[in-house]
Amino acid sequence: MEKFIELFAEAIEREDEVKMEDEFRDYDEWSSIAYLSVIAMLDEEYGIQIEESEFKKLRTVKALYDACINK
Amino acid sequence: MAYIQFNGVGITSMAAAVPKRVINNRAYTEIFSAEEANEIVDKTGIEERRFADAETCSSDLCFAAAEKLIKDNCINREDIDLLVFISQTPDYRMPATSCTLQHRLGLSNNTIAFDITLGCSAFIYGLSVVYSMMERSGLRKALLLDGETRSKVYSPRDRRSAFLFGDGGVAALIERCPKFGKSTFSMNSDGSRADLIMIPAGGYRKMSSAETVVEKVIDEFGNMRSEEQGYMRGGDVFNFVIREIPRDIKNTVAFAGKEIDCFDYVVFHQANNFINSYISKKMKLNPEKIPSTIAKFGNTSSVSVPLTIVSELQGKLDGKKELLLTAFGVGMTWATGIVPFVDCKISDIVEVEHGCVV
Repeated sequence: MEKFIELFAEAIEREDEVKMEDEFRDYDEWSSIAYLSVIAMLDEEYGIQIEESEFKKLRTVKALYDACINK
Repeated sequence: MAYIQFNGVGITSMAAAVPKRVINNRAYTEIFSAEEANEIVDKTGIEERRFADAETCSSDLCFAAAEKLIKDNCINREDIDLLVFISQTPDYRMPATSCTLQHRLGLSNNTIAFDITLGCSAFIYGLSVVYSMMERSGLRKALLLDGETRSKVYSPRDRRSAFLFGDGGVAALIERCPKFGKSTFSMNSDGSRADLIMIPAGGYRKMSSAETVVEKVIDEFGNMRSEEQGYMRGGDVFNFVIREIPRDIKNTVAFAGKEIDCFDYVVFHQANNFINSYISKKMKLNPEKIPSTIAKFGNTSSVSVPLTIVSELQGKLDGKKELLLTAFGVGMTWATGIVPFVDCKISDIVEVEHGCVV
């Protein structure tokens, strides 16, 4: 889980703390470009892809983490 | 697996034309802030693009490229028996732009002329169509023209597409000669993803009306576009590309009995630098073998593969070279080509303004 947070923060280039309960779309760093970096990270590190329709429903870092390990 | 192979057909010369007007993305700040522009440029690698003016169409860019090719290589117009024009930004809904180009280029009325409408993978699709016809006896020379004015397709008020696309046109002369040896193409389609990149209105399903040209806010970021402007679901396109493209390249290379590092150059569709560097890193390709025009021309849709060849490989295609071409986009369609080049002559790029060469 810590590893995931680290990779996620790196992907969206966030230096401030990332917490599992955070709604990541509220971060200043979140953008359509940060989203592409997260897609690359999920593919590279976990070998998974989450379609945009499913991704849109994920609000928190934890929800993304859960979706990721359930793939 | 749709593979197709040809023997003894190849591209003997190429030329390209781009609009004279340069858009500097970091200074493209009429609508969005410099900060936002810089962030997008840093990520996509697209520093500059070329925008056609109101009087310049894809056909004008292709006409300029074709004239340059014919002149530089002393081609006898009478010898051109086939003209194929590739575009999704044609001059008219009818007639086919290829027919107007047949006349404009002074080609004979015996010329076979038709259009192919496909997106970013279309140059590879187009090569396979022309190679198919040229491999048979009968036709002497074929002209494959590929032009796009994507600057006219996307809303400048939608930041997800406003900084990506540019315009250009390319001409390639295709001839039969045993020296070329074998070429291999893989072509694929997935219409279940037709809505990932689309212009929803202005065709015959949702015809042009006063309603369809109104720009509306379409998301929480305040992006705006009309239904007659294109949109792209970047996230799903990226998901699709990282899944399908490495697989198609690997399978095609294996089918042809080659190794991935045996190619002289690997030419990608110039979508953006983020996607291309991710794929090449994932596939462990040698970056020195991957020419790029992303920084100076941006994404020119189907034109990007041949434009990159003309721009970056001039003087580098003497003797026999083998190129791997790969492209993906709207449809979705994606294609890989293993294409031999033998002493291909490449002209200097010409610039076009108000529909004419400057």
